[in-house]
Amino acid sequence: MDWTFVLTQTLTQAIGIQAIIYCLAAIGLNVQFGYTGLLNFGQVAFVAAGSYAVGVIVLTFDLSLWLAIVVGIVVALVIALILGIPTLRLRADYLAIVTIAFSELVRLTVRSIAFKDVLGGAQGLNGKLGQDFHDTNPLPADFQSLPVLSWTRQDLWVVIVGWIVVALFTLLVWLLVRSPWGRIVRGIREDEAAVVSLGKNVFAYKLQALMLGGVIGAFGGIVWAVAKQSVQPDTFRPEFTFFAYTILLLGGAARVFGPIVGAILFWIILAGTGEFLGQAIQAGWIDFLQPTDVGNIRFVLMGSGLIALMVFRPQGIFGDRRELALDAK
Amino acid sequence: MPNDQAVSNSMAASAHAALSTVEPRPGVPKPDPIMVADHVRRSFGGLTAVNVEHVEIQRGAITALIGPNGAGKTTFFNLITGFDDANEGTWTFNGRQVAGTAPYKLARIGMVRTFQLTKALSRMTVIDNMRLGAKHQTGERFFAAILPFLWNSQEKSVGERAMGLLERFNLHEKVEDFAGSLSGGQRKLLEMARALMADPELIMLDEPMAGVNPALKQSLLGHIKTMREEGTTVLFVEHDMDMVHDISDWVIVMAQGEVIAEGPPDTVMKDQAVIDAYLGAHHEAQLTETGESLTESSDGDSA
Repeated sequence: MDWTFVLTQTLTQAIGIQAIIYCLAAIGLNVQFGYTGLLNFGQVAFVAAGSYAVGVIVLTFDLSLWLAIVVGIVVALVIALILGIPTLRLRADYLAIVTIAFSELVRLTVRSIAFKDVLGGAQGLNGKLGQDFHDTNPLPADFQSLPVLSWTRQDLWVVIVGWIVVALFTLLVWLLVRSPWGRIVRGIREDEAAVVSLGKNVFAYKLQALMLGGVIGAFGGIVWAVAKQSVQPDTFRPEFTFFAYTILLLGGAARVFGPIVGAILFWIILAGTGEFLGQAIQAGWIDFLQPTDVGNIRFVLMGSGLIALMVFRPQGIFGDRRELALDAK
Repeated sequence: MPNDQAVSNSMAASAHAALSTVEPRPGVPKPDPIMVADHVRRSFGGLTAVNVEHVEIQRGAITALIGPNGAGKTTFFNLITGFDDANEGTWTFNGRQVAGTAPYKLARIGMVRTFQLTKALSRMTVIDNMRLGAKHQTGERFFAAILPFLWNSQEKSVGERAMGLLERFNLHEKVEDFAGSLSGGQRKLLEMARALMADPELIMLDEPMAGVNPALKQSLLGHIKTMREEGTTVLFVEHDMDMVHDISDWVIVMAQGEVIAEGPPDTVMKDQAVIDAYLGAHHEAQLTETGESLTESSDGDSA
């Protein structure tokens, strides 16, 4: 049993590229759900928008990655408007239904044979998607690996910039939620009608929150496309959104650092149990499982962990129990 | 007695004087109406919940809107504040046509309401509830919000005004508590104070006394009178006849969606149409009893 391997692998993944992608999606959800109370179950559509903007602009149209980022932001804003305008005037549950349907609609559309020339169909878009970004890599060309953390030179550059992006969005969210703007959206989460009765245009604030959360999610997609140099339609399944919610609840909704702590924890649990079980099976400690079972078992453990969290610490790691104990209405 | 006190106050006196010449009949024109509603109708399927031909609300006065359960008082409230859409009808606020205007816009031009089921924002602190009420805040705009130096000074002055009101409403010791931890009565006070943060010209209180203990009731009455003294017009829906008799300058009675009577409290409570429609025939005996005990209970409370 190679404990060093288990630990280094776990740590590498805990603060790795996947953690960054999910963290960004969860920061977006935190703005929408945590602070504003909008049940967006289609966050993955925004992530897909970011990824596909990179894929289509860079690969299909052979244009610059920097333009692709701008396009990704614009597409996310447009999606938020399309989803928000018809549904945000209705009760909260309508948004949940529409967004989850929309995210599947997006996935089935981008993988369809009809748009294969532009969007790549079921194979997605594969190629030098992030070249413009990787060209800016300042790390020495003969870089091998950090001690402990096993990233390539290319991945390390993505990880560094990725966490900077996370930090910037966290700062933005922190600034917003402590402002009068944040007070209004928290008020909307508590009781829309009360906020309306005080002369605030609730619809406009909900739309702003949906748009901001969507753009942050799209950045998750951009990081994904740049890091993996590939965009796969079937990675944008509804599970992605549910994992992002898991991360948000793990860290604590409506907490500025909730998504960061949640994302790291999520990957510690997922990678840690995966690596441990893999090693334990290899070493013969566990004989009732096959190595192929590991992938599923770790989600069972994650689910159990989430249930335990909801029972014993429903406010998440960072949440305020006092706040949660109150009758929400 | 609270009544004499009220009359001795300047605004109360002028409200009384202005309304003293007004004939007590449904839909009567007022000398200086802040709001005029015409042909307001709302039906839910076959049921006509509200069908108000004409009603005017006198500026600077405390007007009570009373009626039995299901008379359409709250629905009428919801209609004129824009929280529900009327099937037909027009109404003006300060001479301006406001039918069909979004509720948040009505609040901005000075028509602020409270709710029958108190809407304290539970998981926000008392002071944040108050600050939310203030109008024209720079920091409420998305891009200004991320630059605190643009709104810090305004935030401070809003906070000071909020503290002043909280002291007046005796909530100054609860400033940093979550609104959800307040008692029912304190939430009513908070909602009222929060509405005042929005500088209303017309404050519309939906059952301000529902579920409030007698001691707090007296203090709420005082607060409502103070609002009138500050020049705010008050319109409230209420079941509590003590309260209606005690503080209102004018009473509008609704039954089955229509305005059936109007007038000063004493006149209205003696009106046979009101007695029949409002309390029902078999409650008639009880009304006279209640009417007599009004003065007693007021005496008891103020003693």
